[in-house]
Order: sequence, then structure tokens, then C-alpha cells
Amino acid sequence: MTGTHHAGTSPATDYEVVIGLEVHAQVVTESKMFCGCSSRYSGAPPNTLVCPVCLGMPGSLPVMNRTAVEATIITALALNCEIPEFSKFDRKNYNYPDLMKGYQISQFDLPFSQAGWLEFDDPANPGQMRRAGITRVHLEEDTATLKHVRDSSGETYSLMDVNRAGVPLMEIVGDPDLRTADEAGSYLRAVRQILRYLGVSTANMDEGAFRCDANVSLRPWGQAEYGAKVEVKNMNSFRSVVRAIEFEIVRQRDLLDAGGRIVQETRGWVDDRAITVTQRSKEAAHDYRYFPEPDLPPIITPEAEVERLRSLLPELPDAKRQRFADAYRMTSDIADTLTQTRALAEYFEQTVNLSGNARAAANWITRDVLRILGATGAEIDQILLTPAHLADLIKLLDTGTISGRTAPEVLEEAVSTGSMPREIVQQRGLGQVSDTDALTTAVADAIASNPKAVADYRAGKATAMGFLVGAVMKATRGKGNPGLVNELLKQQLDG
Amino acid sequence: MHGTLSPLSSRKGDGARGGAFCPAIAAHGMLGEFGLMGAPGQPAGHTRHMHVTREHLVGISGDLTALTAPEARDLLVRRQISATELAHAVLGQIERTESQVRSFITVTADEALAQARAADVALGGSDPGATPPLTGIPVALKDLFCTTGVQTTAGSRILEGFIPPYDATVVARLRAAGAVFVGKANMDEFAMGSSTENSGYHPTHNPWDVSRVPGGSSGGSAAAVSAGQAILSLGTDTGGSIRQPASLCSVTGLKPTYGRVSRYGVVAFASSLDQVGPFSIGVEGSAMVLQAIAGADPMDATTAPFAVPDYRSTIRDGVKGLRIGVPAEYFTAGMEPDVERLVREAIQTLTSLGATVHPVSLPYSEHGLATYYIIAPAEASSNLSRYNGIKYGLAALDEVDMTRAMDATRQRGFGNEPKRRIMLGTYALSSGYYDAYYRKAQQVRTLIKADFDNAFASVDVIAAPVSPTVAFKMGARIDDPLAMYLSDVCTIPVNVAGLPGISVPCGFDHQGLPVGLQLIGKAFDEATLFRAAFAYEEATSFHRQRPPLAEQAGSEGSVNQAAMGAGKAGGPQRAPHA
Repeated sequence: MTGTHHAGTSPATDYEVVIGLEVHAQVVTESKMFCGCSSRYSGAPPNTLVCPVCLGMPGSLPVMNRTAVEATIITALALNCEIPEFSKFDRKNYNYPDLMKGYQISQFDLPFSQAGWLEFDDPANPGQMRRAGITRVHLEEDTATLKHVRDSSGETYSLMDVNRAGVPLMEIVGDPDLRTADEAGSYLRAVRQILRYLGVSTANMDEGAFRCDANVSLRPWGQAEYGAKVEVKNMNSFRSVVRAIEFEIVRQRDLLDAGGRIVQETRGWVDDRAITVTQRSKEAAHDYRYFPEPDLPPIITPEAEVERLRSLLPELPDAKRQRFADAYRMTSDIADTLTQTRALAEYFEQTVNLSGNARAAANWITRDVLRILGATGAEIDQILLTPAHLADLIKLLDTGTISGRTAPEVLEEAVSTGSMPREIVQQRGLGQVSDTDALTTAVADAIASNPKAVADYRAGKATAMGFLVGAVMKATRGKGNPGLVNELLKQQLDG
Repeated sequence: MHGTLSPLSSRKGDGARGGAFCPAIAAHGMLGEFGLMGAPGQPAGHTRHMHVTREHLVGISGDLTALTAPEARDLLVRRQISATELAHAVLGQIERTESQVRSFITVTADEALAQARAADVALGGSDPGATPPLTGIPVALKDLFCTTGVQTTAGSRILEGFIPPYDATVVARLRAAGAVFVGKANMDEFAMGSSTENSGYHPTHNPWDVSRVPGGSSGGSAAAVSAGQAILSLGTDTGGSIRQPASLCSVTGLKPTYGRVSRYGVVAFASSLDQVGPFSIGVEGSAMVLQAIAGADPMDATTAPFAVPDYRSTIRDGVKGLRIGVPAEYFTAGMEPDVERLVREAIQTLTSLGATVHPVSLPYSEHGLATYYIIAPAEASSNLSRYNGIKYGLAALDEVDMTRAMDATRQRGFGNEPKRRIMLGTYALSSGYYDAYYRKAQQVRTLIKADFDNAFASVDVIAAPVSPTVAFKMGARIDDPLAMYLSDVCTIPVNVAGLPGISVPCGFDHQGLPVGLQLIGKAFDEATLFRAAFAYEEATSFHRQRPPLAEQAGSEGSVNQAAMGAGKAGGPQRAPHA
């Protein structure tokens, strides 16, 4: 895909910006890609999750982690890729201390998948989608981590932790179909959302479970061939991805405008200085000398296996968003919000199932539940307020047992204690007063003690009614059924 | 009942027959110390008529180092000898011959004696016949099999001091089979070579003529068995590294089918070609070892899931009706006349036993060497990348910069041959050259394999020479890599095709230097190779001939041992020069 048909919004008026992203995502598995060591290295003491295989000891051999392969193929299917029947692992040869074997087991010319696509929100046209090609999704292994240290005496040295070496790493290579930094950000969010929907990766960038390199080039509008490509690395947040691309576009445009020439190279993003700097020129680029990994037999994925994996695909964000909008008659904004994560969408649907009130469920979740999550930093499945709690609250409201005024108090209580709203209402006597006799007295008292409001009402001032209702509610400590109070007030005033 | 015995008269050095009974008696006396004699129901003399006895086997010289593995098993199970006694015998033989042969990088005498004592405990139980099949049998391991707690160098200085925390699968399986490990055998560095002169430690000498090479790369393993320094040994064969030294040292050596034996824990040279196999005196010993080590391994994804047949159950089935293919292409111009003559005589012997001979054609084998010298260095250039001093072995600690330290380690640690092959392989895989070299080599590989498939449609085994020449003088080819590479011209196509091949002694040239017959089998049909090779050795006696050096040292040893008593004859922890 060349993307020349897209009306890009390049900040450089004379150039078309061409961006392709390479995303690395650690695959969630129990064990590493090629050995039995745990891949849950977060928080583990250095070099404790290691064995001869992931240490690259002499004579050790890799054995494939089938779960990681399946996760990769499932991801590729979610990204609309073709799954070839025959694929294989290759060795990518280069030397660096964090690479235990002197080569990385990766996939070169016959990866698990190819030729897919992904739709993402068009940042230039809210509500519209853009589509970018997915070149391939393949599987490889992560490296060890190096820490460069300077001790108190000023001596510098490097420390190596091999725990991460061999953790399965999925690479999602995108076609050069993106045209702005914001598109890159939107694309990246869509990729992350799908990975999380599938549960194949935590896709947390700050933990290093999700990494992005950007290939950025400029070419004069209408030119068919691409300009020299610059690969930008070292971005450790979504924001820095967008900023690095923005910087790179400007840098390249300025250089071209000044009559300069872009050299193909790898540049690193320096976050605190907000610039990219040269890391490696094309001349110094690695020749990875790929060749088929002789220690692993090729992988045959028959059509039936592809279909089995396809059947495991959950409903994906786009489909879910569309269904929510249609089935629950909600705006696309609300649908979008409710489908941000699979867990939130499930929370919503469970609440709807238990309460029978989709509109109320959507309102409570988008307004209150998300506020609570934002304030506590908790995940939806970590809070005490379950769909059952929320549905209970909605039913209390729908049956008139409590008023809309009391509901927030009940909600807060449920959130902090995990008690069911029904029990909270009972224990704290928050039940709404719908008893006409009890309210009649309160209404009469309100009329008697607020002659000015009564006069205003009779003079036709609409606000006066609100004041009187408020007085009754105050007298009943908020438990009066607002509809009934209104009705009784009208009866007595108009009667 | 096993134990049909080859006539002892065929051995060299039978002149010692006259006074030979004494050491045997003395040895019996020693056995008493281990409490293995006179066990109830097992009086020493009782089985004399039913079984081969100690006197038959070793009585002539009293030399236990001349035993084949099945003979040793028989004597151990019937408590005619003890494992400790056998361990002392081979360790003594190492002590006496190692300064001339230099088969070992590390001799593990203490471990061997500890394992032997454990074997004796097992053999002293109520049912010694139920002990694992290699219980108490001394085995030498090529120094590229990872051994827990014992230095493993792959013949390279870059791995000096590397002590693996794990056993190779084959080592673990031999351990489970009761084997006694006597040491780590010398080899060409990273198995790259055909003479064992490329060892980063010292060259190994051919026991038949110590001015000549033992072949390689498993030269230490072959020489050790030939010299009686071990009853069995384990090597690897990537392009002929078991069969060629077996041929040059006159022992049996088997390269199994690729995927038959696990490569886990075997320091890799060329991953798509490397295969582990045994050396033995006599075919049956190799069958016993393969039985113990073969079969799928969850740690090696390239092992085949096929069941392992009982090799010894068919080994005596003979060759009547066996169709033997003879490829004209393997009798090449550069072949020594004696080698060709002896190999053709061997084929004739097989036909006299009932086999039939059929010409076959393997035209693409001509390109085997060229193919191999692309694929093997390519894989090696990648396999050897891990040796950078960061994690184990040699480290250039004087270099401060991380990258420079890695480079310096490799510069100092690798010898010339690994460096040569790393460069060859790196070049062959380089961008722009891959298609012309590596890809083309893989295509030719397919054609070489197709030739064999074609031939095996009409024959059961293929007979060929192993090495075009007998053992050459040390130093003769060391400065001429191409001449060295040509040593493997008849063995390499077998690796390229992934097939099994065996080398069996088939005579001696006019100088008295050994020649081997190569039998090549269908994939996973080692059983037929054993059967044919066994029939051949039963009809001949070449395998029973020992190098004079071993014979002499063995008889000295048996006298010494008899005089000293077995308990005091411990070998050195390390060979004096290791």
C-alpha cells in the first residue's frame, strides 16, 4: 500500500509524510518462548528466572512455546492477516551483550502471518475511521536487560539481568500508511486496544511490554517512491511517540527545505530534550545474516487450525462499539467509552442484564464508575462495586425505592464497603418516602412556612415550585419521592 | 545367549598365551575383596560351561582393557570381574599410554572410581542382570558433551574453565544406563577438523602409529577406545567426525540418522548436521550405546518421535538377501589403492555371506563437500557467536570497553580453524551472497538427499569407503585446509542427507594401517547397519586386532595390577599433560 490516495494533513506543505510503525508486544505466557522459565519477570530478583537455554549456554536448544505461537496467530487474525500454512523461525545474527546466543530467534521471510489491516479513529475527522495495512505479525524472543551504572567512586560498569531474555515478543509491522503523528498515535491506541481485548499482551508501555519504533520519511507530493527512511527508537510513552514523529517531520522538512539530504539512519528520541539524535548510520547498519533456525522444525498451520484459532477470537472493539450503538441506542461517543476495554464492556453488559436498564447502566458507568476508576487508579475488575451492585442500585431507583438524590450516597457507600445498595438503604433508612399521608403533612408545613413562595407561585413564577419542593425534601431529609411531592404540592396549592 | 566369541587367535600379540593364567588367578583373588565372588548360587567355576569366562576372555593376558562392551557386561553381571577392577584397568591403561596417545583433555579418575563403586553395589544386588545395560562399563566422552561439574571445552581455549551446570541428554541417558565416565576426550576445536590437530589443547596421536593422526574431529574418542583407555566412547559426526577416526583407528563408529539422538547439551558446530554416536570395539558395543541414548527428547525439537527398536535382537540375523548398493562415485581418483582394494574385498565378504551387490549412482554426492562447506560454516558462524566472554569461559578482562572485551575474547579464544569457518560462514550468509551460496547449497542438499532416496528404492544399504586414505602423518595437512577437507569426501554426503552410517574395520594397508568399510543406511534404519556390520565382523577378525601400543600397555597393566592389587591402582585425576 502506498497510501498516496489519502489526503494526508502533512504539516510540510510541499511534502507528503510517510510513517510506518513497528510495534513489539510481550506475549502473556506462563513460560518463556523457548524454555520452561517463568516469563513473569516483573519484580523478580535479577537472574533468578534463567536456565541453560535462555542463558545461551553451550549445547542448549530452543523448544517452541505453543501458547505464544497461538497468541501470535490469534493477534494476526484480529488484524485481518492471512495465515500461511508453512512458516518457520530464523536466526537474526548480531552481537550485543544482552543477546545471549549472539543471535535472536525471530522470523524472516516466512512469518506466521502477512497482509492484514487495521482500522483506527481518524484524528482529523472525528467519527470517521482510517485503515492502515499490517505487513505482518511475527514472533521472536526478548533480550536481557542491561543497566549501565556509575558507582560512588565514579567507576562505570554494566549490569545484566537475564530474566527478560527469551520472553516471547510479538512484532506487529505496519505498512507505511500513516500520514501524521496523530494518526500514528491513533493507530497505536487501536493496536494496544486489540492486544488487550485479546488478552495476549498487557500492552503496558511503561513496563516495556509494548514498544514502538517509527519509520518516518518525506517525499514531494505526487512522487511514487519513498524518501530516505529514518527509524526513530527509544520512545517510552504514547506521547513521546507522537512528539518524536512530530519532531522528525519538522527536522526532515527543514533539512530538505534548506537543500539538504535525508540520510537513511536510526535515530534515538531523547525525551528530556525533545529531539532525535543519530544512533546508527546506514553504512553501520547490521547485516543480520538471517537464515532458517536449524534447531526448530518448520511450523505447519493447517487451515483447520487457523479456523479453530479464529473461533477463539472475542468480539473486537470496532464490532462491539457498533453493536452497542445499535443495540442500546447510544451515541457513538458513549459506545466508544464503554468499549474502551473488554472488561468495561463486559461490566456494562452484565449490569444491563441484571438491571434491564441500558441507559441507566451507561449513564452510571460513564459518569460515576469511570470517575471512581480515575480517582483510585483501579481496574474495573478490582473495585468492590460489581455489576450486581450497580444493577441493584438502578433497580432501587427504577422502583422508586430511593430517589435520585439519595443514589450517589448509596453508590459511594457500596464502592467503599462492597455492601449491596439494597442493604445500605435498609440499614441507613434511606428508603424514599412514598407514603401520601406522611408527605401531605410535610407539604402542608412547607406551604404554611413559605408564604412568599406560595405567593410567587400563584403569581405564575415557575421557580417557586422548585423552592417548595426543596423545602419538602429538606424536611424529609431527601427521602421524599420527588414526583409525589410535586403532585401533592400542586394539589394543595391549586386545590 | 550372547557371547559367541570371535577366535582369540586372531588377535595380535597372542604370544603371551603361555604364562597368562596367573594374573587371572590373582585377579580372582582380588575380586574376593569386593565380596563379589562366591555369592550364593554364583560360584565362579559353575558357569564355565555355559558362559564365556574370565579366563577365556582375559586369561591370556589378563587384560580387561581388551574387552568388548558385551563381554564386559557379561563378566560384570556374572561377577567374574568388578566394575572397580575394570575402571582401574582402563585408568591404568590411560596412565600407561596417555603420554603417547593423548586422547584426553580431562581424565576424571575419581568420578570414574566413585561411579564404579556405585555400579558394584548395584551389581552386588540380588539380580545383577536387571541392572541398567551399561552398568560399570567405562566410557570416554568427547569434550563437547556437557557434563555437570566437569569442564567441557569443545577443544577450544575459549571454553577453558567452563563447568556446565547440566548434563547433555546423552550424558544423562548414559548415566542412567550405569556407565562409568573416565574422561573428556580430545577433539578438533568445536569439532572442526579431521585430524584432532586443531585441538586448542594438544593433538591426539593414532595408537597404531603415533606419528600419525587418529582422524577427527572425534579423534580422542576413537583413539581412547582403540588404545583400551575406555571400553566405549561417545563422539559427534557432522561431516565424518565419528566414521573417519573410527576408520583410521580401527574401531567401530556409528553416525546415527539425524534426529535419532538428542543434541541437547552437545556444544553445537553445525546444527542441521551434528549427530551423536558411539565408538566401540565390535559392533555390538555401538548397538548397546545407541540403545541407551537414542529416542525423542523433549529438550531437542529436532529429535524424531519414532520408537527405538531393540538393536541387539536383530543384530545376529545375518545378511542373506540383503541388497548392497555400491556407488561408483565413491571410489574416487584420489583414493589409495589399498583402501579401494580392502573396501572391495569387504563387499565381497558380505556377498559370500549371502548379500547381493547392485551398482547405484549418487551423482550429486560429488557436490557434497562444496555444499557442506557452505552450510556447516554458515551455521557455525552463528552457533559460535555466543562465545564472547560475557557469561562463561575465557574473558578478556583486561579490556575495559564492553564491545572490545567481546572482540578480544574471540580473537584470543578461537583457533585458526574456527576463525576460518566463521569467516566463510559469515560471508556465505551475507546480504547479497545468501542466494548464491546458502540458498543454493540447501537446494543441492535436497538433490543429494534425493539421490540417496532413489538408490534406497532398490537397495537396503550402501557400501563405500570411509576415508580415501589411511591415517596421514601429523602435520601433513595442517597447512592445507582443502587437503584436510578432502578426508571427509566419502562421509560428508551422508550427513548432508541426514542418513545413518557406520564404519567397521576392514583390514590393514601395506604399512599395517587400518582401513574402514562404510555402510550407509536408510533413515532410522540403524538396525540394518548393525546387522550387516555385525555379520561382517563375525566373518572377519579385524576388529579384534589391537594396536601394539595398547596390547603391550594392557599386558603390562594386567601384570602390574595383579601385583599391586586393584584397590591401589588409581589413575591420575588429570592426564599429566592436560
